[in-house]
Amino acid sequence: MLHLVVCIKQVPDSREIRIDPKTNTLVREGVPAIVNYFDLHALEEALRIKDEHGARVTVITMGPPSAEKALRQCISMGADEAVLVSDRAFAGADTLATSYVLALAIQKAEDEWGPVDMVLCGKQTLDGDTGQVGPGIACRLDIEQLTYVEKVEYLDTEKREIVVHRHLEDGVERVKAKLPVLITALAELNRPRRASLPGLLRAARYRPIVWTTNDFPNIDRSKIGLRGSPTIVSKTWVPEPKQVNTEFIEGDGPEAVAQALIDRLYATDLPQKLGWT
Amino acid sequence: MAEERFDVVVVGAGPAGTAAAYTAAKGGLKVALIERGEFPGAKNVFGGVLYRKQLEDLIPDFWKEAPLERAIVEQRLWILGEDSAVTFGHRNYKYKEPPNCWTGLRVKFDQWFASKAEQAGAIPIYETVVTELLRENGRVVGVRTDREDGDLRANIVIIADGVNSLLGKSLGIHREWQPDQVSLAVKEIIALPRQTIQDRFNLDDNEGCTIELIGQTCGMAGLGFLYTNQETLSIGVGVMVSDLRKKRIKPYDVLEGIKRHPMIHRLIQGGEVKEYSAHLIPEGGFDSIPPLAGDGWMICGDAAQMVNAVHREGTNLAITSGRLAGETAIAAHAKGDFSAGALEDYSKAVRASFIYKDLKKYRGVHGLLASGDSEMLFEKLPQALNNAAYEMLLVDGVPKKEKQKIAFRHVRDAAGGNLNLLRLFLKGWRAMNG
Amino acid sequence: MAEKEQKERKRKPMVGLQPEGDVDWSSYRGVLVVVEQRAGKAKSVSWQLLGQGRRLADKLEAPLMALVIGSNVSHLAREAIYYGADRVFLCDSPELENYRTRPYSRVCLHVIRTYKPEIVLMGATYTGRDLAGAIATHLPTGLTADSTQLDVDDERLLLASRPAFSEKMLATILCKQFKPQMATARAGVFEALPRDESRTGEIIPVPPQMKPEEITTEVLEFLEATGKVNLEDADVIVAGGRGLGGPGAFRLLQDLADELGGVVGASRAAVDLGWIGHDHQIGQTGATVRPKLYFAIGISGAIQHVVGMQNATYIVAINKDPEAPIFKIANYGIVGDLFQIVPAITNAIRQRKAAKDAADPQQPSTPQTV
Ligand SMILES: Cc1cc2nc3c(=O)[nH]c(=O)nc-3n(C[C@H](O)[C@H](O)[C@H](O)COP(=O)(O)OP(=O)(O)OC[C@H]3O[C@@H](n4cnc5c(N)ncnc54)[C@H](O)[C@@H]3O)c2cc1C
Ligand SMILES: Cc1cc2nc3c(=O)[nH]c(=O)nc-3n(C[C@H](O)[C@H](O)[C@H](O)COP(=O)(O)OP(=O)(O)OC[C@H]3O[C@@H](n4cnc5c(N)ncnc54)[C@H](O)[C@@H]3O)c2cc1C
Ligand SMILES: Nc1ncnc2c1ncn2[C@@H]1O[C@H](COP(=O)(O)O)[C@@H](O)[C@H]1O
Repeated sequence: MLHLVVCIKQVPDSREIRIDPKTNTLVREGVPAIVNYFDLHALEEALRIKDEHGARVTVITMGPPSAEKALRQCISMGADEAVLVSDRAFAGADTLATSYVLALAIQKAEDEWGPVDMVLCGKQTLDGDTGQVGPGIACRLDIEQLTYVEKVEYLDTEKREIVVHRHLEDGVERVKAKLPVLITALAELNRPRRASLPGLLRAARYRPIVWTTNDFPNIDRSKIGLRGSPTIVSKTWVPEPKQVNTEFIEGDGPEAVAQALIDRLYATDLPQKLGWT
Repeated sequence: MAEERFDVVVVGAGPAGTAAAYTAAKGGLKVALIERGEFPGAKNVFGGVLYRKQLEDLIPDFWKEAPLERAIVEQRLWILGEDSAVTFGHRNYKYKEPPNCWTGLRVKFDQWFASKAEQAGAIPIYETVVTELLRENGRVVGVRTDREDGDLRANIVIIADGVNSLLGKSLGIHREWQPDQVSLAVKEIIALPRQTIQDRFNLDDNEGCTIELIGQTCGMAGLGFLYTNQETLSIGVGVMVSDLRKKRIKPYDVLEGIKRHPMIHRLIQGGEVKEYSAHLIPEGGFDSIPPLAGDGWMICGDAAQMVNAVHREGTNLAITSGRLAGETAIAAHAKGDFSAGALEDYSKAVRASFIYKDLKKYRGVHGLLASGDSEMLFEKLPQALNNAAYEMLLVDGVPKKEKQKIAFRHVRDAAGGNLNLLRLFLKGWRAMNG
Repeated sequence: MAEKEQKERKRKPMVGLQPEGDVDWSSYRGVLVVVEQRAGKAKSVSWQLLGQGRRLADKLEAPLMALVIGSNVSHLAREAIYYGADRVFLCDSPELENYRTRPYSRVCLHVIRTYKPEIVLMGATYTGRDLAGAIATHLPTGLTADSTQLDVDDERLLLASRPAFSEKMLATILCKQFKPQMATARAGVFEALPRDESRTGEIIPVPPQMKPEEITTEVLEFLEATGKVNLEDADVIVAGGRGLGGPGAFRLLQDLADELGGVVGASRAAVDLGWIGHDHQIGQTGATVRPKLYFAIGISGAIQHVVGMQNATYIVAINKDPEAPIFKIANYGIVGDLFQIVPAITNAIRQRKAAKDAADPQQPSTPQTV
């Protein structure tokens, strides 16, 4: 049976994050935590493969104990097992440290439940917003990566081949790769399902498996958490809105206004730059 | 279909349903709490003021951990004229120790309350709509939800689905509500800095103030309110639906009018509207309370019309009725009897409680509001009262005795003569006193 | 259990744990820009990054390098020099025609390890992010995603700033521990240097690092998105929003755009209403643009829109609401009804051209289109 691992992250719903105008800091209070939007699409794709080919779907997250809720949501949708990789030592990780721990966790999942055929990640997170963790995991596990997938055209479990459509700025690329692969999911990939009632009941009682640093005997502690993160946030600030002295153009009727505008524009360096004659 | 069977399924995670689920789960029953919102409180609206007593009966000292806004030390009543107000109020710091009531926001409070029910063992089933009751041989045996494989069986279903109670209607215990039995409330949450709120309302940290408003509802039966939260104000108005229909006015326009009132405007100005919501309030009172229990079911809270509109009490009635339903379920479970007869104990308990007594006292209010005197009671009299007060306090050389007459004439004329004024007074008195 | 242990032992050591080779970072010097191309045509972000790279390299008094990977792409190596590079690494081989992570990343790793740039920049495009993520993990080093500001300080540290939390904040990110310091940067934010054919530089050929038979992924086909507007490269953009009231009014904007040799853009509200395709959307969830002239017509100026267009050289806002926030960033504001103003502007331009033509019949009158 296929073994699929989905990496999900619990993130604050960034649409609801405000900036306190007085202190210029983020107001996180009361901001709901959700499963990262794109990760639900990754999970849905895994569940579709499970529906079609039969598979074991393991969900993994690295995060605080409160991320249990996000894992439960994945269980309610139909994931078989959910792992919370959680330890104070993991806190403050950047993408490099995160991909290390997740790669270790995926290897451990292989030891526990059999070889992994596919890892699925979201395109990017709403908070980290880098899209780097997926490629980082693929790199560490030394498997192929297919990023920004908007469609899985087919999966041949006999030949262990997959063809996907990758979304790019200027078009779509059809790519074929050999399993095992890592995929990062776009929203176009599918529509995440709604949990069934039995799914919800299972999720309500489910307790995720928790792995701490002690569960990884060979872990290099200098490569995890804040210590293992080469990037440092040196400062954050709220951008000043661009200040411009707006010239309001008025006139007697639209024609006069239009004429006045054209005169202004022709008086700038635009005609020269744009080749207006 | 989910194979599992529950002792109790509660529909609706508002104050009533959550209190029921909490009580039953705490009593060791296997409970599911179903809520259609994304989470409890997500869509819920109230003023709102939360009272200590009834929730403390359930969770002692709850207020030390619950997400409440401000402990109310002052309650004001403003009778609004067009650009004036006659004001009453009472401030007392005794209300702080222990607090009598707080302002609260449902989004936070309901979520917290439901988490207590979850901790007590109730299984949360959110973002799930109960579409109908499952019935066999006239008994309620569970619910059907809008989820895949969505039937859930239970010995008892506690219906706490709020004012519109579709489930109550499906049981035939509710009629479609009549326009004169509900009011439509609209409410805004306006953000202001904490210090600004405290300055404008003369409050210290964590102290709160409520203002109820009569008048300026375009001649319709309705009440406005303005409450202080930590960093927001709740402002709203509820208007009888029958009056809204008659006058063809949108409730939002009524609220806009109130917000422009010079005395209100200075309290809210500079604030940013963060949320806008609308909700119905049951106004039918005592006479619209349906049968409260039957074979395999009980109904509580707004779904059973338990709102004391005069004192804007609803959550506390909901919590108490939910608790009583939960306790009855525990007793029924012990006996293994879920028949109408066994669950009738719940009706009895409600009748013995303050819910029933209070609603009975104000039994006549509904008739008063529905009687067509709205224009008089909510527009003409408040304005006349303001005019009278203006006259009395204006020093312009007119002898005081003369002034008194003029002032009284304002009120009498507004009421349409002495007799009418007397009639209104008597009617009002009776309505408020059972 | 024994089986498990065996499995663990069988595994190769994980990459990305120790920087391979020397860790004497002082030998790392210069800025490297990885040029992105498809079918021999470079992405404009690559030239924009060479422009910014040049500024950083000058400040560091270090060379600016470029890396061109592909098949039949030697002309791009020359272009890279015209756009500012001192030295270009060129890996030109048939099996590199299509981008694939492994063969491309191996070439990058080889160049980085051999030539030791202190800073590596790539476009924050889909391909750029795919590649950068792999390389940074391999090296390993820190990688800042989607930067919109790039600078260096006195200690030669790269200050890469990027939006966070839906553009509500900016954060400056440093990498002190390792070299090179890596960042991907957003298209349309930095300015390319003028192309200068008189510039000279060195082109260093680099061999591919994987044999064709080792490459297991295969690009079966590339389906080009046709009819896509190229907002990122446009010099003039005429954008419309919800104020247009419906799809029909975009015709008026198209007329004006045609007259100016520009393209039509839109706010999200107009796109969400289905009045115009998503590829026209400008802003946080659409394109970031940097035209010379931007018309915001019937657009209120929500921050999510503004972040995508505020770097336009000249902004003209037309809105009937004098309080609309868009006026705060506009150079020229016209308060009025777009249905009257826009056709009047189109007309005024036509008349101006006609007058010019009459006076000077030899000159072509249509402006240069991009
Ligand atoms: C504007 C306003 C101001 C108020 N001010 C106050 C005040 O200051 N103090 C006070 O004590 N009371 C006040 N009230 C009254 C108070 O809000 C209600 O009495 C109280 O909320 C009733 O609780 P409940 O649990 O019965 O119903 P609700 O709080 O309405 O809860 C019902 C729940 O059931 C859910 N539900 C409904 N149908 C279904 C279904 N089919 N399937 C699943 N779930 C379902 C709903 O989503 C909801 O969460 C006010 C009301 C309003 C509208
Ligand atoms: C996470 C997130 C991401 C987003 N990303 C983007 C994004 O990438 N791009 C984007 O644009 N938005 C984005 N938005 C949406 C953004 O917040 C605004 O809702 C949107 O930009 C508003 O579009 P608008 O200005 O066209 O519409 P409106 O705000 O409705 O403004 C319409 C304007 O037209 C004016 N008007 C009306 N009639 C006329 C007339 N006849 N003549 C002249 N003026 C007239 C009105 O005065 C008004 O100012 C995003 C929002 C979120 C939450
Ligand atoms: N802490 C984490 N736990 C599990 N998966 C993660 C974590 N962080 C990132 N991911 C995965 O990596 C993807 C890209 O994340 P990012 O690089 O942060 O944009 C996400 O969509 C997730 O699938």
